[in-house]
Formats: sequence, C-alpha cells, structure tokens
Amino acid sequence: MVEWTEFERATIQDIFSKMDYESVGHNALTRCLVVYPWTQRYFGKFGNLYNAAAIAGNPLVAAHGAVVLHGLDKAVKNMDNIKATYAELSVLHSEKLHVDPDNFRLLADCLTIVVAGRLGNGFTADVQAAFQKFLAVVISALTKQYH
Amino acid sequence: MSLTAKDKAVVKAFWGKIGGKADAIGQEALARMFIAYPQTKTYFAHWPDLSPGSESVKKHGKTVIGAITAAVEKMDDLIGGLSSLSDLHAFKLRVDPGNFKILSHNILVALAVNFPGDFTPEVHVSVDKFLAALSAALADKYR
Repeated sequence: MVEWTEFERATIQDIFSKMDYESVGHNALTRCLVVYPWTQRYFGKFGNLYNAAAIAGNPLVAAHGAVVLHGLDKAVKNMDNIKATYAELSVLHSEKLHVDPDNFRLLADCLTIVVAGRLGNGFTADVQAAFQKFLAVVISALTKQYH
Repeated sequence: MSLTAKDKAVVKAFWGKIGGKADAIGQEALARMFIAYPQTKTYFAHWPDLSPGSESVKKHGKTVIGAITAAVEKMDDLIGGLSSLSDLHAFKLRVDPGNFKILSHNILVALAVNFPGDFTPEVHVSVDKFLAALSAALADKYR
C-alpha cells in the first residue's frame, strides 16, 4: 500500500481543491498533443489537430481534457485505495482504448508543467515531489490491468 | 527527432528572454531534481550541503545552465560542440544517461514556474527537443 505523509495528503487536496479542472485539463491535453505529437494517434476522431493553434482551439480537446481531469478526481478522493479505484479504468484503457501506458507519463509531465505555471513559486520542490508521486501512483494503477 | 530551423529559432528567442535569470533557473532545476528525484543525489555525495539554497547547488546550477546556454549557439552541431563535455561525462563522471532526461524535466518545470506566459506549448516542444538533442550529444561517447 502507498504510504502518504501528512504533507503529501494536504498538498494533493490543496492543489485539486483550488484547481479549475476545465482550464487545466484543456491546457494539459493541448500541451501533450503539441509537445508529443504521436499522442494524436488516439484522437483520430477529433478533427483538426493540424497545428498548435488548431489543437488549442479544438472544442473536443477541451472537453476531453476536462474528462481526464475529473477522472483524476477519483484518486484525489480515494488516496488510500487508488489501485482498486482505477481497476475498471485500467481495463478500459487497455482493452478498449488500446493506449500505450508510456503515454500516461507524457500526459502527467504536461499536467505537472501546467500546474507549475499556474502556481508559480507556490509550486515548491516539495510540492512538485508530492504531485509527481501522486501522478506516479495513478499511472501505476492505470497500468495494472494491462496484460 | 532532429531540430528544425523553427525549433532553433524558437529556442534562441526564448533563451534570449531568459537572459540574466539563467543562473537562478539552473539553481532551481538542480534543487527541484534533488528533492523530487532523490536518487540523483547519489552523484553528489562529496558535497557538504545539497539543500536548495546551498553554495554548492548555486554554483553547480550556474555551471550546468552556462553549458546549456553555450549549447544554444551550437545547435547546428551539438555532437561536435559538446565533444569534450561528453568525454567528461562518459569517462570521468559516468552519470547514467537516464538522469539527463530527469534534469531536463526539472529545467522545464523551472521554466514553466518562472516564465508562465512565455513557456507556451510551442516553446515547450522546441526546448524539450533541444534538451533531448543536447542529452544525446552528452551521451555520445559513452560506448
């Protein structure tokens, strides 16, 4: 089981309680599709992803970014049981969506960059460590059901 | 994933904006790395103090970012331009090249924190590519 310090728990709750899920989700997914363009392979039905401006302006990207962030909420509310919480989502990403798990880390890195930009100096090294640990646990849970 | 003319222009322009803040960025990236990726501290066991505000971290952050800033002018031939630094890392320091990616990530985080408006996705992708190409050049002599 994952051990969380008081600081880590408080940090995660704090970040997400103040977060604009729609905006952060949109920006994180946009950044991922621009910085790692091969991730666009999963979004063939999204229409125009031709360049950074098109991606940023694409309403399907914005909507899906929000879906992903709200999905993270499950982990925020169940920090002591993330593995079980994501069992179904893991099966979905493996069996139905066929997402290479390496992509989870790419999106997580982009989310970290977006949150860092929003929090500025509030995103201290200790906060960064806690946030990245949280995302690593989520990624591990999402990868769990792959076989 | 080679650097296009556009990547080089974007990196040069953005690095120009960083200007005098470069040393602080280097220091911050190193400090973040030591805290978020504690395994990286194993290469610095000989330092008396690895805390974020320490003289060692400040000095070394300046050294590292100075080399990266110099590399901005060498983008047309990073392997040639970083040859002696590659020798150093390969034969003397023997830093596992996986760590170059880790430090690069922390440099990106420091840039995002300090230049939130300028570090757009387009700038991010070009800088990420530059740091990746630089890391590859640094690892060139390893084997």
